[in-house]
Order: sequence, then C-alpha cells, then structure tokens
Amino acid sequence: MPATQSRVNDFVLKIATVNGTGSASANGLLLKALFRMGVPVTGKNLFPSNIQGLPTWYEIRANKDGYMSRTGRVDVMVAMNAQTYEKDLNEVSPGGFLIFDSTWPRQDILQRDDITVLGVPLAKLCNENFEVARIRILMKNVACVGVLAALLNLDISVIRGLLQETFANKRKLVDSNLKAIMLGYDYARENFTCPLPVHAETMGDNSRNIMITGNEAAGLGCVYAGATVGAWYPITPSTSLMDAFSGYCERFRVDPETGDKRFCIIQAEDELAAAGIVLGANWTGARAFTPTSGPGISLMSEFIGLAYYAEIPSVFIDVQRVGPSTGMPTRTQQCDLMLCAYASHGDTKHPLLLPANPKECFEMAVRAFDLAERLQTPVFMLSDLDIGMNDWMVPELTWDETYRPDRGKVLGPEELARMDRFIRYLDVDGDGITYRTLPGEDPKGAYFTRGSGHDRYGAYTENSDAYQDVLDRLLVKWETAKNLVPDAVLSKAEEATRLGIVAYGSSDGAVIEARDRLAEQGIHADYLRIRAFPFSAEVVEFLHDHDTIFVVEQNRDAQMRSLLTLESADTANRLVPILHYNGMPIPSECVVKGISAHQEAAA
Amino acid sequence: MTFIPKPKIDLPGQHLNDLGLSLRDYEGSLSTLCAGCGHDSITAALVQALWEMSIRPEMLIKMSGIGCSSKTPAYFVHGAHGFNSVHGRMPSVATGASAANRDLICIGISGDGDSLSIGFGQFGHVIRRNVNMLYLIENNGVYGLTKGQFSASADAGSSAKNGAINQMQNINTVATAISMGVSFVGRAFSGDREQLVPLIKAAIAHPGCAVLDVVSPCVTFNDHEGSTKSYAYTRKHKKLATEADLIPPRGEIKASYYAGDTHPVRLHDGSTIILKKADPDYDPTRRNNALAYLERHRRRGQIVTGLLFIDQNVPDMHIQSRTVSTPLKDLEYRDLNPGGAALAELQRGMK
Repeated sequence: MPATQSRVNDFVLKIATVNGTGSASANGLLLKALFRMGVPVTGKNLFPSNIQGLPTWYEIRANKDGYMSRTGRVDVMVAMNAQTYEKDLNEVSPGGFLIFDSTWPRQDILQRDDITVLGVPLAKLCNENFEVARIRILMKNVACVGVLAALLNLDISVIRGLLQETFANKRKLVDSNLKAIMLGYDYARENFTCPLPVHAETMGDNSRNIMITGNEAAGLGCVYAGATVGAWYPITPSTSLMDAFSGYCERFRVDPETGDKRFCIIQAEDELAAAGIVLGANWTGARAFTPTSGPGISLMSEFIGLAYYAEIPSVFIDVQRVGPSTGMPTRTQQCDLMLCAYASHGDTKHPLLLPANPKECFEMAVRAFDLAERLQTPVFMLSDLDIGMNDWMVPELTWDETYRPDRGKVLGPEELARMDRFIRYLDVDGDGITYRTLPGEDPKGAYFTRGSGHDRYGAYTENSDAYQDVLDRLLVKWETAKNLVPDAVLSKAEEATRLGIVAYGSSDGAVIEARDRLAEQGIHADYLRIRAFPFSAEVVEFLHDHDTIFVVEQNRDAQMRSLLTLESADTANRLVPILHYNGMPIPSECVVKGISAHQEAAA
Repeated sequence: MTFIPKPKIDLPGQHLNDLGLSLRDYEGSLSTLCAGCGHDSITAALVQALWEMSIRPEMLIKMSGIGCSSKTPAYFVHGAHGFNSVHGRMPSVATGASAANRDLICIGISGDGDSLSIGFGQFGHVIRRNVNMLYLIENNGVYGLTKGQFSASADAGSSAKNGAINQMQNINTVATAISMGVSFVGRAFSGDREQLVPLIKAAIAHPGCAVLDVVSPCVTFNDHEGSTKSYAYTRKHKKLATEADLIPPRGEIKASYYAGDTHPVRLHDGSTIILKKADPDYDPTRRNNALAYLERHRRRGQIVTGLLFIDQNVPDMHIQSRTVSTPLKDLEYRDLNPGGAALAELQRGMK
C-alpha cells in the first residue's frame, strides 16, 4: 500500500457517475453528512448539457480551515463510470484512493502504483438485495455512500437522520435506502481497514451555517426585495434562479383563501421579450427582473440601451457560463464582464454587482433593485454557474426588519400638485438623477418615454445642444453611482507589501487560500475584492498603492484588468493578469502557481 | 418625431363627456406625418372613441415601437403616459406594463413592418398570452421612413411606386391572428371613421388582446395605381362582413340595434358589443368559418372588414396567472416581504 499522509477533515472526494442514475441525491447525502458533522464543506457539480447517459462528476471538498475553492487535487475518487475510468484513475493525487465497482473486472493495464485501489462489488450487492432493475441502479449510488461512510468515518446516525428527513412520509424509502447504505458500509468494514488515513471527524459547529446555491439565494433575494414581476426565457445556468423565485413566491405570496398570487412570472418567447417585459413593468412601477446568462444578454442588449437612455430601472441577473456563442452551457466563467458593463450600442455603461457567494447573491439581489430605482438605470448582478448552481456553505442569511425598498425619485399626485410643471429629465438636485412619475396616477405627470433623441423635457429633439445636454447629465449620474454601489473589500497582508491581488466573484475562494499558501512561501500580498462597477475611490487608490497587482479572473481576455485600465490608465503596466478559463471553477493552485512563477521570474 | 404642442382652445358650447372633458382633452401634439396620411385619421378616431368612452387620461398608456405608425401615441391624449420603445418590441413592453398594473387601459399602436416583420414573434406571443390591450396595426403595406420598400403585408402582384412588383405572398394580419388563437380581431379602413370608432370602442372594452388591422394608406409611397393599399383600391374592394357597436354598462340598447341579423356579446364589465351581420354568411364566433370566409374573399380580391372574430371567454394573462386583483405595483411591501422569522424558518431546511 502506497504511503498516505493522514488528512483529517482536509480532503477532496470526487465521484464519477453517469447522469440520470440518481447520483445527485447520493451526493447530497454525503455533502450534508459532512456539513452536519461540523466540517466546512462545498460541493461542485461538473455536469454535461444532457438529460441522461453522459458522464458527470461531483467534487466535495471538506476543509477544516474553511477553504472553499477547488484545489487541483483529488484524495478519494469514486469511479462509477466505466466510460471515464481511465481519466478518473489518472486524476487521483499520489497517495490517494480510488474506489470502483468490482462486479466487473478492470483491465490490468489500468493500474497505478502510487495510489490505493479499492474494489467494491456494488452492482452485485444491489442485484442480490433489490428486485426492480431501476431500483438496483439507484441503490448502487446509495450503497456507495455506505462504503464512503465506513472509509471516511462519516457518522452513520447523521446519515440515518438525513434519510428520515428527506423521505419524511415514505417509510419504505427510508428502509430501502438505509438497507443499501448498510450493505456498502458493512462490506467496507469487513474488507478494508476503516477508516482510511484520509477521513472526517466531527468538529466545530455548523448550526449557524447553511448549504445553499447562489441561484436559490438570488431568487430569495428578489422575493425579499419585493419584486413582483419576473420575466425570463429558460437558459442554463440561470433556470434554477427563476425556479427558486417561483417556489418562494408560491410559498410566501399566495393568498391561502383565494389562491390569488401577489406576483406574476412570465415565461417569454425569447430574451428580447423578457427584457421588454422587465422594462414595461418597471416603467409602470413594479419591481421587475430577469435572470439569464450570456447569450440572453446578447439578445437583451437592444432593450438595455433603451433602458439606459430612457432611464428605466431594470434588474438583470446574469449567471455567467462559458462563451463565446453557445459555448459550454454547463461550465463556468467570468466572461460577461465587458459585455454587461457596456451592453448596447452608443455610449452606454451600467452598474455591475459582483457577488462572491450565495450570501452575497441574496444581499446584492436586494441591493440591485434599490440601485436600479435610485439611479433609474439597468443594473446587473453577475453571478456565475459555480456560485449559481453549486452547493455552498455560507453563514445563515439574515434580514433587517427595518429595511424599506428605495423606490428612488418618484413623484405622486401630492408632489405634482405642488409643482407648476413636471419636467422628466431636469436635474433638479445636481446628482444627475431626475424625477419620474408612474402611469395611472395623475395626468399632470404624463410624459413620453422614448429611445430617440430627447431633451430634458422628454420631447423629441434633433437639436445638438439639447441632445448633448441629456447625454452629459447621464455622466453626472454615473459619478453618483460610484458612491452608491457596494464597496470593495480590503484584506491587508500580515506584513507590509507592495504586492496586491485584485479579484471578484467566484474567484474569491481561490485567492483566499492562495494568499495563505503564498505567505508560507514568503510572498505577501494585500487583497482587494471588487464588488461593483463603477469602481469606487478605494479601488483606484489600491492600484496606486501597489507596485504589482495580480488581477485574478476566469476569462481569457483579462476583462477586469481591461476595465481597471480604462478607469485608471496610469496603473495599466502594474496589472498582471492571472487567468483561468477552461470552464472548471478556478482552483487555488492556479493562483499560487501564477503568482509564484511571476515572482520568481521577477527576482 | 418632431414635437409641436397643439394650442388648446376652449370653444363655448363644446361638448363634454361624463368626466367633464372635451374632445380637445383627448388630443395630443400636432402630427408631423404627411398631409393626408391614413394614420392621422386613425388618431382622430382614437380621440373620438376615448372621449366617448370617458376614459380617464391618466389610466391610459400608449405604447408603440418604431416607424411612422409608432409616432401616433404622441398625437392623442396628452394626459396619458406614452412609451415609444424599440422596433417590433412594443408587445413585450405592453405585457410588462399590463403585468405591473392591470387597471391601466393599454393601447399599442404598431405598423405592418413593426408587427409582421421585425416584431412578428412578439405579435404572435402577445396574442397567445392574451394581454388585455388594444393592439392596433396601421397597415399601409410599405416602409415609409426608409422610403418605399415593400412590407410583409404587401399583396403578391402589387407594385411599388418605383414600379417593382412584389413577388412574395403577404402576411394576412387577421387570418394570422385568428390562427394564433386571438380573442378579438377586426379590420377597418382609416377612411371610414363611422366603422372605425365603434370598433375601437369594442376592442378597448374587450377583456383580452384585441387586434385591429386598419388599412391606412401611405399618401407618399403607396397610393398609386397598382397599389392594393391605396385609398382608391381600398374604397373599391372593401367588403363589410359585420358592423359592431359598443353599449356601455347600463347603456340603453335601442330597438333599432335588433333590426336585421344582430348578435349581442355581453362582456364581463357589463357592457355589450352589438354585432350586426352585414353578410348573413359570416359568423365571427367560429374560427374556421371566419378563416374560410376571409380566404374566399381574398381570392376575389376583396378586403373583408368589420369585427371578424370574438371570444370574450378566453382567459387573459392575469386570469391565467391568477394574479391578485390589486395592481402589483400598488401592493404594500409588507405583503411582499416574508420577513426575518420566515427566513429563519426556511433555512432550517438548508442545514
């Protein structure tokens, strides 16, 4: 047996299966078991754009220090898919373990001396103990949970509890699942030394944490923000966001007596229409949003320009996936930054919110509506597939009961009665934000909304000065936005340093871990996590305060670096891109290697 | 679209409607369309219909896309909000507005380019969704602002001003709408206000998406010999299938309405559309009958007009969605936000 370092509550478990075989619930069981044992844990689903029959992987990282990103290593591989066996075998880190279904023999050439291979006759065990063919397939994954429970020292009573909660009213299902688990558990205990040197132990307290995906959290945020109209066209990976919004609305916003709904969800014919619906609803005074992904933003660009120029609040949530074009719909990237920042033709620019985890998806979804209505402009929240669809452990979401939506500058009949005349695009307050009115309230507030050239009165114009007057005032509003968007988060290094790291969104976890690794190597870097565009003052300050700034992001063309360069041209030569764009969530080792290689070369 | 405010002159003896408003209160800014444009007659009919119906100006929203037709919302009811959106996308903006405030009376003005080409998809889906609105298409068979190209409603064999012959089949707005499941569709001619005003009123009263295809000649690019959308051609070839009139709730239904082959359609708000068959062959309540009739007369080169199909029982978007009767935009935040305790409770399932 190869030498294996003991790794307690610090391992990566990867499970290779075929999609459509019920592996998701087995994977969820493993994740939740670790979570309930108090171990910090995350689960990443690497799945195909397909319904049944193609390879899929689930990667669980348990880490006592709370690191959440991928690492680049695999300590325990469960190779349930013959199709990908060779690849899966090769991916196991030296000293690691591979578990396979030994019902059928493996080819002898598929061997590695530096890992431990454990065969469990899962199919045989299930075939001998279950009758129905479909059940046998499903139970194979469940029996495997039992094997892992024994090998990784998972608390079997926790697993039993989870099964009872999942199948609360279906006693038979609890029994059959438990039977499958014990089959695997007992087999492993009889045939192997349990637990493995790589295993879990009950540790801290996760009772104040939750497991949630970013899309669920964002959908919930839209409910709490008071959004009533949601328009969308189904697109991976944003679909589960509208599913969540819909589910929470059904739970919280249906009159129990009448069945009347205090929301309206419209599945549009395409993303163009979805954007139009959002504009129409916001213009009329409801909070409306659309969840989408990159290809949807491309189609919505026409309306985004209209919303910018006619100053209509609107919320766009882009759960980014891999482009260009259709790209890889079930893989992740941060590749729509430039697209969203300047979406549509002509001079346009838009506030972006950049959540790094589901908790921020919840909070920023609420913030997005406040900003959109305050600034009367389209606001984007850019999540991505990694945040949106994967299971993240985050602190419990909390709610401030004193929160009230910021509806911005809206004049009602009472305010209008005190005015001589309502002028839609007149900058009364000097902040670039003008007053609007809503249809259905007062004929005195009537105005004409148009995407064609207009003057401050809202009237059509082809007069150069009158046109430019409005366009310049929009820049004043952009300056105002800088003071309203979320601040960047600064983490100082333990030692004074001229090195800096800038990252955003789902790259955060990899940077957090990489900074600790790099510090062990003597490389210390301050870290600024950008949470919004336009950049607030501290972002530009950070660039000026450091000699070398590594900009970590998940796209090919260093889009954040480009944005920073546009806003702070004099620091451009200090910005070193660290890029990861193969579609998998960025691993911490990518950041460690990138930065240490740069420092070695510079030394 | 140039904005020219129209001077408002109150004349003594001017008629006032139930709200105490005169016809002038339903006007907008001066039209900048070509003199004689059919669209301006439609505007006048809209002003007349809305005044007669005593619609509160602020309860009206005027939506449009891009093109000559889409300028129309600027020319009526200055006290209503207007939205001149992007080309072919008026239906989606109207859908959103209607979703947010179901009490608004929504009038969408479009053209044949706006609805049958660039916006064909949205035209179909707003019908399918049955958004409660008047969807009026000012149909002239030609692109005006870009100077005379054929539109998708131009008839095969008709000629352009420069002599080019259109080879392609036209998209028949009414037949298309019926086949897509429209709950109300009619056709009229901008030059016949007697017919158009009551049709507009019936369309506004109809609880769903009411499509009106109004042949509206373009005097500059499509009013020549060889055009099938000219004043002369339309006058000569129009074929009246039905006459319609709207009787408001509690309105008096005169005995004369029942002269001939009439058919009252009771609407949910208590008003009644009186349908009078000009042609006894026509049945506007049956899809296949309407489609067959349209095809029969198309082959004869006739333009069938009137209220051509109605089913007032097709559920509109809000009924389909079971939306609460209060407009969504008027709901109190406390009725939308589940609160902290619910959030804590919800998260128990996430542990």
